[in-house]
Amino acid sequence: MIEPKYFWEDFPVGETVEFGRKHVTKEEILEFASEFDPQPFHLDEEAAKQSILGGLCASGWHSCAMAMRMMCDGYILESALLGAPGVDEVRWKKPVYVDDVLRLRRTCVERRASKSRPEMGLTKFRTEVLNQKDEIVMTMEGWAMYGRRHPGAEAES
Amino acid sequence: MPWFEDIEIGSRMELGSHTFTAEEIVAFAKKYDPQYFHTDPEAAKHGPFGTLTASGWHTTATWMKLMIASRQGREEPLDADGRKPPAGGPSPGFLDMKWPAPVRAGDTITYSSTVIEKIEMKSRPQWGIIRSRNNGVNQNGETVLSFIGQGLIQRRHPRGE
Repeated sequence: MIEPKYFWEDFPVGETVEFGRKHVTKEEILEFASEFDPQPFHLDEEAAKQSILGGLCASGWHSCAMAMRMMCDGYILESALLGAPGVDEVRWKKPVYVDDVLRLRRTCVERRASKSRPEMGLTKFRTEVLNQKDEIVMTMEGWAMYGRRHPGAEAES
Repeated sequence: MPWFEDIEIGSRMELGSHTFTAEEIVAFAKKYDPQYFHTDPEAAKHGPFGTLTASGWHTTATWMKLMIASRQGREEPLDADGRKPPAGGPSPGFLDMKWPAPVRAGDTITYSSTVIEKIEMKSRPQWGIIRSRNNGVNQNGETVLSFIGQGLIQRRHPRGE
């Protein structure tokens, strides 16, 4: 493993960063939905137009997966991530349509050192997924564990 | 799907099982979650779980796959006035997702869904929201997935009529 670039100390509370770019193609929407979420509004353009969603759109689980990929490429693969116990909440606020271009806006909302494991800290991120019209299409909040650059030292925030 | 009015709190659906192969774990992770313990069986031996494990999003997407297959397997009867029962609607999101144990290559996960709450919608009188506690359990009885899912379901009679 290479030395990580980002440790727990590198995510101060209140910091917001934007990153990522994902062009959502029709082919990919159909591929994901065929395997995992074969509902008409994710598979069939005509049925999708008649549905409450108004047009062919990505499975919400596909949106989560695309957000995960942008998070991996944006920081996770270069970070001392030790794992995540889960996700507190995801909201699918607007449909993700064919040819939407997504990006992420990540804010660190809370963090704390681990008392039992001085080499580890916990960080809570709120991550918003935006489309090319700057609409928030999805939000995600949850905790993750990161290795510390300076185990046991006092946090600055 | 049954109509919103006919769904009972506490009713439980068994959604069936899925065995995760190393090939599909790697294929999913290469597209969506390329952390080495999801994509590289050799490197994963030195990772946090000592073996290749599935992305939590893969475990969860497979819940959706079995939920849809399970719905398609049980056609509801026509309504008294001849209307077809509703198809599933979209979801506003989920809550309290946990991955308490890893899914390893070769694990067989058995999924279920239990209705826990019915929510009226002020903004959409023709729909209601069903909340369910959804679970995935491996062949050793360990829970690998738990979350509260939500889905919009059509009402037989719009609210207020």
